[in-house]
Amino acid sequence: MTHAGATTHHTSLGLDNRKMAFWAFIGSECLLFTSLISTYLVYKGRSVVGPYPHEILNIPFTSVSTFDLLMSSLMMVLALAAVQRGDMKWGKIWLFSTALLGLVFLGGQVIEFTEFVHQGLTIGTNLFGCTFFVLTGTHGAHVAVGVLWLLTLWVRALQGKLGPANAMTVEITGLYWHFVDVVWIIIFTVVYLIQ
Amino acid sequence: MSEARGLKSWLTTTDHKRIGLLYFWTAFIFFLIGGVEALLIRAQLAQPNGHVVSAETYNQLFTMHGTTMVFLALMPLSASFFNYIVPLQIGARDVAFPRLNAFSYWVFLSGGLLLNASWVTGPLFHAGMLNVAPDGGWFGYANLTERQFSPGPNIDFWLLGLQVLGISSLAAGFNFIVTILNLRAPGMKMMRLPVFTWMTLVTQFLVITAFPVITVGLVFLMFDRFFGTHFYVHEAGATPLLWQHLFWLFGHPEVYILILPAMGIVSDVLPTFSRKPLFGYPVVVYSGILIGFMGWGVWSHHMFSVGLGPIADSVFAATTMLIAVPTGVKIFNWIATLWGGAIRGTTALHFAVGFIAMFVIGGLSGVTHASPPADLQQTDTYYVVAHIHYVLFGGTIFGLFAGIYYWWPKMTGRLLSERLGKWHFWLQFVGMNLAFFPMHFIGLLGMPRRIYTYGPDLGVSTLNLVSTVGAFLIAVSILVLVYNFVRTRRRGQRAPNDPWGGATLEWSIPSPPPVYNFSVIPTVANRLPRWRTEHHGPMTDPPALPPAPIHVPGGSWWPVVAALGLPVMALAPLTHTLWVAFLGAAVLLFGIYRWAFEPFEV
Amino acid sequence: MSEEHQHPTVDVYLRVAAALVILTVLEVGVFYVPAFHAVLVPVLLVLSAAKFALVVMFYMHLKADNTFFTFLFGAPLVLAVGVMVALLLLFFGALTLRGAAGAG
Repeated sequence: MTHAGATTHHTSLGLDNRKMAFWAFIGSECLLFTSLISTYLVYKGRSVVGPYPHEILNIPFTSVSTFDLLMSSLMMVLALAAVQRGDMKWGKIWLFSTALLGLVFLGGQVIEFTEFVHQGLTIGTNLFGCTFFVLTGTHGAHVAVGVLWLLTLWVRALQGKLGPANAMTVEITGLYWHFVDVVWIIIFTVVYLIQ
Repeated sequence: MSEARGLKSWLTTTDHKRIGLLYFWTAFIFFLIGGVEALLIRAQLAQPNGHVVSAETYNQLFTMHGTTMVFLALMPLSASFFNYIVPLQIGARDVAFPRLNAFSYWVFLSGGLLLNASWVTGPLFHAGMLNVAPDGGWFGYANLTERQFSPGPNIDFWLLGLQVLGISSLAAGFNFIVTILNLRAPGMKMMRLPVFTWMTLVTQFLVITAFPVITVGLVFLMFDRFFGTHFYVHEAGATPLLWQHLFWLFGHPEVYILILPAMGIVSDVLPTFSRKPLFGYPVVVYSGILIGFMGWGVWSHHMFSVGLGPIADSVFAATTMLIAVPTGVKIFNWIATLWGGAIRGTTALHFAVGFIAMFVIGGLSGVTHASPPADLQQTDTYYVVAHIHYVLFGGTIFGLFAGIYYWWPKMTGRLLSERLGKWHFWLQFVGMNLAFFPMHFIGLLGMPRRIYTYGPDLGVSTLNLVSTVGAFLIAVSILVLVYNFVRTRRRGQRAPNDPWGGATLEWSIPSPPPVYNFSVIPTVANRLPRWRTEHHGPMTDPPALPPAPIHVPGGSWWPVVAALGLPVMALAPLTHTLWVAFLGAAVLLFGIYRWAFEPFEV
Repeated sequence: MSEEHQHPTVDVYLRVAAALVILTVLEVGVFYVPAFHAVLVPVLLVLSAAKFALVVMFYMHLKADNTFFTFLFGAPLVLAVGVMVALLLLFFGALTLRGAAGAG
């Protein structure tokens, strides 16, 4: 991606413009997810009809999803390290792997959601359905955008247009990806483990 | 001036100055629309048992008036100054992300058009004209806004329009935060920034933290209305109060988003026309920052009547009273700036001083609201309408108009007529007080808000008539302003670089500035670079011509293309067709990809 | 780019990954072992906060980066936590009418 202009300019704080913008964006997203999580917590236990969380949440399955996402963060950071040192072979491998694990996570969400619907929990069934699906759905949408973003970077790398000179793009992609992972860490605890 | 002309140059512009002008004119037109809505409201209320409009139309009028004024007039008018003036005040050539800046404008325009399309698209929904505009109040309380009680598309227009507008504001928020922090000229330390730029910075932090909350609230409402969820439905175990919390968690910071820029303008205008530095600059800056933080702690003072309980009520009463302190501090600093100064009574100064007086009145009624028992009588009555309009009209609008008269020469190269300006000011000042002061009494005498008519036995008929006269007087004053715009466009006195003797960087360059702003980026040595003070002499203005050609990024089609995707996506729920959402998303993605891979040197 | 930061080595990244895995195992363990149920919530909150901190500080590089980024992220984060706590108190605590009525 051709953002060379932004990085070579001197800035007042000596910090990259895009990196600064992105951290501001992540700060903003904290408020977005907090509103969703707070709603989940405030409405916990208030469903008038079932199914209820303890009847339907699958901890073993979700634990695997959680591991998957955590490992994808490792791959993301390995991808960044590779691109920064100019090792594009491993840069491409790790970028693709991150996206792949992201897709696996999304696949897991699809399986989970389908299973829930079969067991009678849809988005409109009860408050648990509303808050659960909107919260995890928003998170999943963020993962999907991330996968698209990663695959785009991977394709650019295949085209030879990604390298240490524009490693900042990979770094910022990483910030997004890790943030999405961190949100999942919270969701896993608050929704699945604390019932 | 060798700048490109023509429609294409405006559609593809990434120049903050052009974007600022686009914001200005678009916002001003929406301001006029919101004003017409207000006049219709006042015409209806001029007498008891009025029949100028039906109750249903009336609901749409006050909803659209509020929504339009807050989101389509006041915020974008402020944005026009963020865009035009902030890069000049910090000594930059443009904002950090010029294409994102253009994107913000086009998204704002499309959101505003989407909202206002509701006035005329009734027939497309098998309803009459003037039937499907949003009608749930500008704050859209649940569960009135649920599909059960608002079956038509009115609320859908509202929530979709606001979601689109939110994206515009968020994008601009990130842009200006980075711009102000990272693109300052050498020597422009944070505590040398003009107060307008400081207040802009605080405002953008409020935007990026508050808008996500309303986004979530609106998503919940949309899902309730379209996908059968029950986020605000009591029977499902939920509560409409959640909406109120989410809305006001956004809504209170929003009112500071509305007032801080105007306070910033006043803080720049007063010193210029007192020929004296701002009294207590650091304190004014810190107060602004404090107001930003504390603004997050008061939201439930909009909910004193819902039964939060004595502890919650007391906590929010206390925080609300406390927030008056930094505001009061600013007032004293402004007065101290004027005190002993060599006053030049320009129109801009009139509006700035008017701001102080009107905002104090609005602030006083606000403090009375801070007491829950008092508020229980005031809430939902015209007393609150008085408060709102003293702070937002007497405050924000007066401040913005001060900015118009102050920065018009810089932005257009012509001075507005001071004679017409004084007429505008006095007509508006008298009109405003006639319109809104009686509302304190109207409210305390028992007239609720949002009722389309009232009985003669309520005893508020004369006061309402006075208020209506005042509103029309405001309209006359705005006509004077419009006439001023039109007349001075060709015949106005041409403006030099610095018609006022200003202290800050924007006055060191031509009016209007060349496309690259500064022929040479200045090095700043103090807070009042263009003034001679006892500590330093004035800066040397940049030379008329740059020593070497300056690269200026060209335009780009992708911001407007990407922006188009959003209203298309919004059409999907309105038309109940899913594929339209995918089409809109495709347009958005296409625009973003082309944007990302376009060679664009800042 | 004028930013100087030592990149953590791959070694550090792998050790963080191992720590994340262990913490997750502990979390799931606390969930399943009945003996811990009394302290389930505080323990889980601490464990997940630790994972959060590890990812943010090392994978997102916040620890080694300019403190300004910590402010840019930290201030909204603190605000968000404050808002969440306030909402929980408003809906559940003695701040509600029900709560206050019950108290006296």
